[in-house]
Amino acid sequence: MKLRRSMLFLPGANAAMLSTAFVYKPDSIMFDLEDAVSLREKDSARILVFNALQLPVYREIETVVRINPLNTPFGLPDLEAAVRAGVDVVRLPKTDGAEDVELLEREVERIERACGREVGSTRLMAAIESASGVINALAIAKASPRLIGIALAGFDYVMDMQTERGDGTELFYARCAVLHAARAAKIDAFDVVWSDLNDEAGFLKEVDLIKRLGFNGKSLINPRQIELLHNAYAPTEEEVEYAGRVVAAAAEGERKGLGVVSLNGKMIDGPVIDHARRVLQRAEASGTRK
Amino acid sequence: MKIVKEALAGTLESSDLLVKVSPGSGTGLEVVVSSEVMQQFGHQIDHVVRDTLARLGVTAGLVVVEDKGALDCAIRARVQTAVMRGAEAQTIDWSALS
Repeated sequence: MKLRRSMLFLPGANAAMLSTAFVYKPDSIMFDLEDAVSLREKDSARILVFNALQLPVYREIETVVRINPLNTPFGLPDLEAAVRAGVDVVRLPKTDGAEDVELLEREVERIERACGREVGSTRLMAAIESASGVINALAIAKASPRLIGIALAGFDYVMDMQTERGDGTELFYARCAVLHAARAAKIDAFDVVWSDLNDEAGFLKEVDLIKRLGFNGKSLINPRQIELLHNAYAPTEEEVEYAGRVVAAAAEGERKGLGVVSLNGKMIDGPVIDHARRVLQRAEASGTRK
Repeated sequence: MKIVKEALAGTLESSDLLVKVSPGSGTGLEVVVSSEVMQQFGHQIDHVVRDTLARLGVTAGLVVVEDKGALDCAIRARVQTAVMRGAEAQTIDWSALS
């Protein structure tokens, strides 16, 4: 069960950030070749990311590359660079339907075979950025066994909906649709970026909302958002203590061959045990909430 | 790969470098490196630049590198980009970049 609370965006053309970002310890690092890179630097960013991915430090953290859409001249060369460099996950932007993921999967497999990489070792994620994408979210989420998750991208989505970012009402349906699709497909769900770095209270309010909805985490645009996010996702001491007792009771029940056990009169079954394990995993990753 | 025109890659920001390639005088390969950390790493930077050029099959031209404390991976990337731009390469042989 890979923890994916924080996915830090890095502009693919920025040598300094690519050389040092691992020190911030997000759960995943995403090298961006799309919106963060100007048209005249697409080639240099692609080659820089290809080389950076081969740094030994990036073997110890999950790496993601956001490629340009495959219907642009940049998409396929980006994909060649990412797959050949050994990236863990390719993020496809502007995914409107299952056929977008299926095309990506075919191209990834072709490149894996061409460069001798194990077929199936490149994982995928799809970003949903339009009304069509939201409507097709379930088909997208189930389009490939390589998918580790789907993400909602807020800016393009609200543009497509002819609205603008506000208090979150404008994203409510899309968030719920993407989240339900991800859960039905048993993959992860990632929320939109929070772009106002000076509004920490607004960021934390949004994190609280998406955590309660059930998102695994959020795409981030600045390293200083990582600790805030991890802390918000960290369980309280009481939650950790209870989760420990749940897991211990479940282990005892298993030892005795019992299907269902109880703790202080409350039934403990599979979903409760799974939740307790997730609580302990988050506590192990970043302690208890401060 | 043959450098046929002048080309640039990179920036002068910290942890990056600027690479300028040109066809030169046509009498072989000349590499000029300047760096903020020349004393400690000048030899290593020169080695990485020449190794990258050799892997790309560049045997002639002038390559001027102005380093601002970049890691080896950034040095390789900027040299590769400048050469491809200077050679007007339309496709990339990824095995030459690894």
